[in-house]
Amino acid sequence: MQADRKLLNDLTPELVQTSTKWYVTFFIFLAFFAVGIYALILQIDKGHIVTGMRDNVVWGFYIVNFIFFMGLSYSGALISGVLHLFHTGWRKPVIRMAELITVISLIIGPFFIFFCIGRLDRLYFLFIHPRIQSPITWDVIAISTDLVGCFIYLYLSFIEDFAILRDFSELNVAPWKKKLYKILSLGFSGTEKQRKLLLNARTIMAAMIIAIAIIVYSVLAWIFGVTLQPGWHSTIFGPYFVIAAVFSGTGLLIILMWIFRKVYHLEEYITKRHFVNVGVLLTIIAAFYGYFTFSDYLTKWYGSIKMDSILIDKLFNQYYSLFIFANYIGILLPGIIIAFPKFRTIRNITVAAIIALLALWVNRYIIVIPTLETPFLPIQDFRTDWIKYTPTWVEWALTLAGVSVFAMLFMLVSKIVPIISISEMQERDQNEVMK
Amino acid sequence: MKKKKSTETGGSSRRSFIRKLGAGVGAVSIAGIPGASVIGNNNPGSGEKIKLLSPDGTLVEVDKENIRPVKETVAILKEEARKGLPGRKFIMVIDLAKCRNARKCVEACQEGHMLPRDHEWIKLYLLQDDKNTAPYWLPRPCFHCDKPMCVSVCPVGATYKRDDGIVLVDNQRCIGCKFCMTGCPYSARVFNWKDPGVKLPPGHAYDPETNIPPVEGTVGKCVFCADKLRKNELPRCVTACPMGVIYFGDLLEDTVTNGEETVRFSKLMKDLAGYRYREELGTLPNVYYLPPIHRMFPVETGLEDTDEEISKRYKDAGPR
Repeated sequence: MQADRKLLNDLTPELVQTSTKWYVTFFIFLAFFAVGIYALILQIDKGHIVTGMRDNVVWGFYIVNFIFFMGLSYSGALISGVLHLFHTGWRKPVIRMAELITVISLIIGPFFIFFCIGRLDRLYFLFIHPRIQSPITWDVIAISTDLVGCFIYLYLSFIEDFAILRDFSELNVAPWKKKLYKILSLGFSGTEKQRKLLLNARTIMAAMIIAIAIIVYSVLAWIFGVTLQPGWHSTIFGPYFVIAAVFSGTGLLIILMWIFRKVYHLEEYITKRHFVNVGVLLTIIAAFYGYFTFSDYLTKWYGSIKMDSILIDKLFNQYYSLFIFANYIGILLPGIIIAFPKFRTIRNITVAAIIALLALWVNRYIIVIPTLETPFLPIQDFRTDWIKYTPTWVEWALTLAGVSVFAMLFMLVSKIVPIISISEMQERDQNEVMK
Repeated sequence: MKKKKSTETGGSSRRSFIRKLGAGVGAVSIAGIPGASVIGNNNPGSGEKIKLLSPDGTLVEVDKENIRPVKETVAILKEEARKGLPGRKFIMVIDLAKCRNARKCVEACQEGHMLPRDHEWIKLYLLQDDKNTAPYWLPRPCFHCDKPMCVSVCPVGATYKRDDGIVLVDNQRCIGCKFCMTGCPYSARVFNWKDPGVKLPPGHAYDPETNIPPVEGTVGKCVFCADKLRKNELPRCVTACPMGVIYFGDLLEDTVTNGEETVRFSKLMKDLAGYRYREELGTLPNVYYLPPIHRMFPVETGLEDTDEEISKRYKDAGPR
């Protein structure tokens, strides 16, 4: 298969050579990862007593990270899936990043559940003694389906690129990489029939991963929603979590676009237009997300149900700054920055995305923790750590390790496949020629 | 598969054997023949009889053919512990008018279940519903709900509801996801955050009815002293309470007792306006409360002569 020479020259250098900077960055992340492994060993050895979790706040950072990473995986479902179905032209340079975010965060997310489980050695009980009544069993089914689906979708988008790289004789990469391209391209040679098959498969998978993603995140929300706990027992939680997930996925995509554009010199391919388009998407989602947040808290605040009042009271006192940051600044600021054209620079949009992403993480935190600190029967204990949750260094270390693994996997994949899909870009070129 | 079936037959026929004896409560051990069990109810038998002592102390005769040694004691124990005692429906009534935070129930429970000091399966709360209402002490065991949220959400069936109403945790099945702890609206469950360091003497097996020994990374909670009930004895907290606060009994027999007096459950409910904690949650608890009226002690007596770490708990207690 032949591809446009310019595309190949621009997008393949990162597969061939690796800068010292890359190695240094990678080893920094590797160091974080090592600290995380040490923390995990300590936790397994000493028990969960090394975390900040206690009998009231039984879920802490780990669950927050779990729902956060699962949410990031929406990036692929929305940007890639939806835009693929609607044949949106500008999606092409960013589609691969979105798909990679999906698969990588889907791999990392469940690990945080593993950290949270008291008996990791009995994890397989979920499969040999499953009870379908439990939302956790729904989650096991949904997440594993999602992982398989998204992986297939990602791979389908790789095949053509693998074929191009296989046939690009001047590509000066290690022999094992060449061999890898040959195997993974599955003999794709670009015939009309093959193209049609591949396109059909991708369209079907695009539709499917959107549906699966909605199910996965709804089930995640129902883990909280089905309980009787004040603040969690809410009918809006399913759609609320879905929209929050899309919000974070879109935010992360903007951040990665900025990083790869800068580091891999892709200014020509990822332009301001892409930042504005994804940014506008982020703003629209922020509007929905803000509306859901407002609606949920308004109904809790306006009524007089005692437990709801105690919870709202706690959010507006003890958690005041976090609440304001998560639910006001994190939603309004990105919207304002992107809504006004004069603020729309690549840097501003990226800053808006960073704020959105951090705020969403905090939003998850103040959904999970304050509710657990507000049980129906008041917590009457003399130990402060049993009344109020404070994460320990072990939880911080494992959180940072999760982020590091995300970064490392992204860095590794970008050395095996171009971070911008050559075949997609080429298709656009051909279409433009035909016009 | 085959193995499992044989244990099941063993269990059910043992029960029917005991029912024949007229003993209300089934028992696992048969005095005189340790580790033996009576099975094969329809077996015509050899005609040779052996005398055995039944759990309630009656001397009985059993055909020799029907006696088999018990294999897989743990498996049988766990199988039995999943079914519960046939024909029973256990309930508890807690008289708030008599409670003065003596904490004898907590101590007896911790001792009986080899619990670490910070694990309280029965917990004492100092509650005040509103600034215009009076504070009162509320002992809270597990409510053994008829619609238990903890059982619904458990992904592996480690926590389960028995026919006699008791909710238990099998800590050899529990994966420690703590979903049951967020599911329970009464904070009735505790987690083993570290190794509790409890070892059983050799020859003893884990029994979900006592939940001994506790295991790191798993959940524990009040078991209504299911092991005591099997022996036709009252739960530890009931017998330990110096005030006779806690009544225990059977809904089907309509009787509850605190060890000193035995009363009609329905009459007690009617006369003293019994209620359940947070009825609106719809979990249908099997623990009932009698309102704190005509109290035997002022609420403050509960804070006298207590350790500092106990009294410190209640420093922020107030209207809520």
